[in-house]
Amino acid sequence: MNFALSEEQEQLRHQAREILGHECPPSRVRKLMESESAFDPDLSRVFAEAGWLGILVPEDLGGAGLSLLDAVVLLGEMGRAVVPGPFLASSVAATLALRHAGSRAQQKAWLPRMAKGEAVATLALVEGPEPRFDGVGVQARAHPRADGFRLDGTKLFVDAANSADLMLAAFRRGAPPREAKPASSGSFDGVALFAVERSAPGLAIEPLVSLDETRRSCEVRFSNVRVGREAVLPRSSAALARVLDGGAIAVAAECLGGAERALELAVDYVRTREQFGRPVGSFQAVQHLAAEAVAAIEPARALLWHAGWAFDARPREAPLAAAMAKVACAEVFRAVSRTAIEMFGGIGFTFENDMHLYFKRALANATAFGDGSFHRERVAQLAGF
Amino acid sequence: MDLDLASEDAVFREKLRAWLRQNLPRTARRRKVSQGEDPGARLAAMKAWQRKLHAAGYVAMGWPRQYGGQGATLMQQTLLSEELVRHKAPGLVGMMGLQMVGPTLIHWGTEEQKRRYLPRILAADELWCQGYSEPGSGSDLASLQTSALREEDHFVVNGQKIWTSNAQIADWMFCLVRTDKAAPKHAGISYLLIDMKTPGITIRPLLQMTKDAGFNEVFFDNVRVPVENVVGGLGQGWAVANTTLVHERNMLGSTTQTQNMFEALLRLARAAQRGGRPATEDPIVRQRLAGLKIQVEAMRFNAFRNLTATLQGRKPGIEASITKLVTCELNHQLAATALDLLGPYGVLYRGSKYLRDDGFWPYELMFSLGLIIGGGTAQIQKNIIAQRGLGLPRWK
Repeated sequence: MNFALSEEQEQLRHQAREILGHECPPSRVRKLMESESAFDPDLSRVFAEAGWLGILVPEDLGGAGLSLLDAVVLLGEMGRAVVPGPFLASSVAATLALRHAGSRAQQKAWLPRMAKGEAVATLALVEGPEPRFDGVGVQARAHPRADGFRLDGTKLFVDAANSADLMLAAFRRGAPPREAKPASSGSFDGVALFAVERSAPGLAIEPLVSLDETRRSCEVRFSNVRVGREAVLPRSSAALARVLDGGAIAVAAECLGGAERALELAVDYVRTREQFGRPVGSFQAVQHLAAEAVAAIEPARALLWHAGWAFDARPREAPLAAAMAKVACAEVFRAVSRTAIEMFGGIGFTFENDMHLYFKRALANATAFGDGSFHRERVAQLAGF
Repeated sequence: MDLDLASEDAVFREKLRAWLRQNLPRTARRRKVSQGEDPGARLAAMKAWQRKLHAAGYVAMGWPRQYGGQGATLMQQTLLSEELVRHKAPGLVGMMGLQMVGPTLIHWGTEEQKRRYLPRILAADELWCQGYSEPGSGSDLASLQTSALREEDHFVVNGQKIWTSNAQIADWMFCLVRTDKAAPKHAGISYLLIDMKTPGITIRPLLQMTKDAGFNEVFFDNVRVPVENVVGGLGQGWAVANTTLVHERNMLGSTTQTQNMFEALLRLARAAQRGGRPATEDPIVRQRLAGLKIQVEAMRFNAFRNLTATLQGRKPGIEASITKLVTCELNHQLAATALDLLGPYGVLYRGSKYLRDDGFWPYELMFSLGLIIGGGTAQIQKNIIAQRGLGLPRWK
């Protein structure tokens, strides 16, 4: 029994904190927020050189072949730095999708390039008007043709589609299910991911104006997009649930890192900020806010580590573990980033102060890969209520 | 990360489970809240259970062998307490001695004190109570006023203790007293062992909101205590007591108990009706239960994490405070959810013909509130987390 990160994982954390401290300080985050794409090829190169873009890519395809728990450690650091851009979309979600659902040919075509930072990919799943992270929500149709498929439909909230070279987009091949329990597992029957390149005629990508300016959440319209049979990721319906579990764990990791950093910054501030002739951090009213944040963060961390570990080591435990970690970490991030703003007081409400970066990221992450009520219902089903 | 047990630990747990299946008293499997039982007979049965466990080597396993323990690893001690709770074994009547005084004596006591007290703690021949809080000294424990003035080879103790659990059945009290009124607040305190049969001690039961009389006021009127009953030296009481406060916080925050309680809540929800169907089919109930389940599991895995840190030799920090704070509140929320599911049945109490689950839930709702306050209030735990954990400044 050993419930702790390994020495290598601790090293990865130190290395990531150091590199991100140099390469992705708040000033660069803000520059990227103001840029059109929020994507910085130079930063991407730094991540590629550190081996991060291929952290989940198998070694024989040019990656580091590490576990999801390793990625959780790295994502925690990225969450601390509110790193902009497509890391989560491309190096976690799309990489897991290719790894678990893709053919060998698809993997060979994309994963080595993604690991080197030569290509960016993203997962396009959600649609309106009822955005949901399961198969039931997939209504867009793939119409069979003689030599492949014709894709029609609109995907929403597609992370980093504006900078992606490859969309892994979910379409329904058969008739939609008549009635399905919400969030039920195995609900991806009849759904497949299609690998669609950015240059495909009929594809239109439009970034949505969003609170979280560190990322570009996009609308992706497929109008009469023609793809060959080889565009289908063959193991999609069996693997999609697992890919989304991995995504949920990744978002949870980012949330926890963000919560941890927001609290640190706020605690540092109240240590020195004085009112009534004493540091405001010496008031118990302020101390208890901080203590409650700690008491929320630490148990959530245990759920997160367990989920990251279970994803590879105990796959049967992973769906429940992922759902629990996502709920806990996303809630903690929302609560703590809000508390942190209160601890800063008036300055925390300004654009100049960094707290709103965390607060907005927390709001965006709360719904990414399934919101709280979705995952609580999954917990209820998976725990057999 | 690896959650599998080492093979020797797995073997240990199998043997323990087999022993529990053979030896667990059938009538004691459920926590008895219903009254009407003769207290004397109940006490005798509780002592018999501890002796049975002791004979099998399952009491105070972590103590060194020369003092009657097994020198067991922390892992095995944890497995033992988990399995006892999981099998709903009765609690140990000598818990105060086993968890608090025993470890204190092993750490601070003289050889003579160890030989005198430890065997009787193990065998439940002597039961202990804790004399810390006073009417004027709750969270600010170090302000305590009960005095012990030296007269030749005795201390003469005068004052009052309060919230003293089980004083009515205890043979001994471990007590914090002021032996030096001139010294600074913390430095004037000593840790004293007091025989409860000494003349001058009066015990007055306090009726709790649960209608149990589990705790008491204890009055000292010129109580003579031999000087050799001081532990750890004169004026060392604060340091001596602090070694065991950490044990108390761990004791109060058993996450296995919380898991059991969640399972009981789930059974209740399955049996309760909403719109003619089991309440577990109601989306609102499902959301609430799932939220609680997530918190229960978080504390379970957090306990693994804390255990690993301790096994790796990391010094204890604020982990015990987090566990105490979160687990006690979570227990309270589990009971509150049960009461909501029970509707008007939830407020029926002992003696009602319509009582559900032996009245466990309304009892637990109240009892858990007591634990949120006892053993260092929730607010004191938050002070500890903020000041010791985050290094925020204390204001004096």
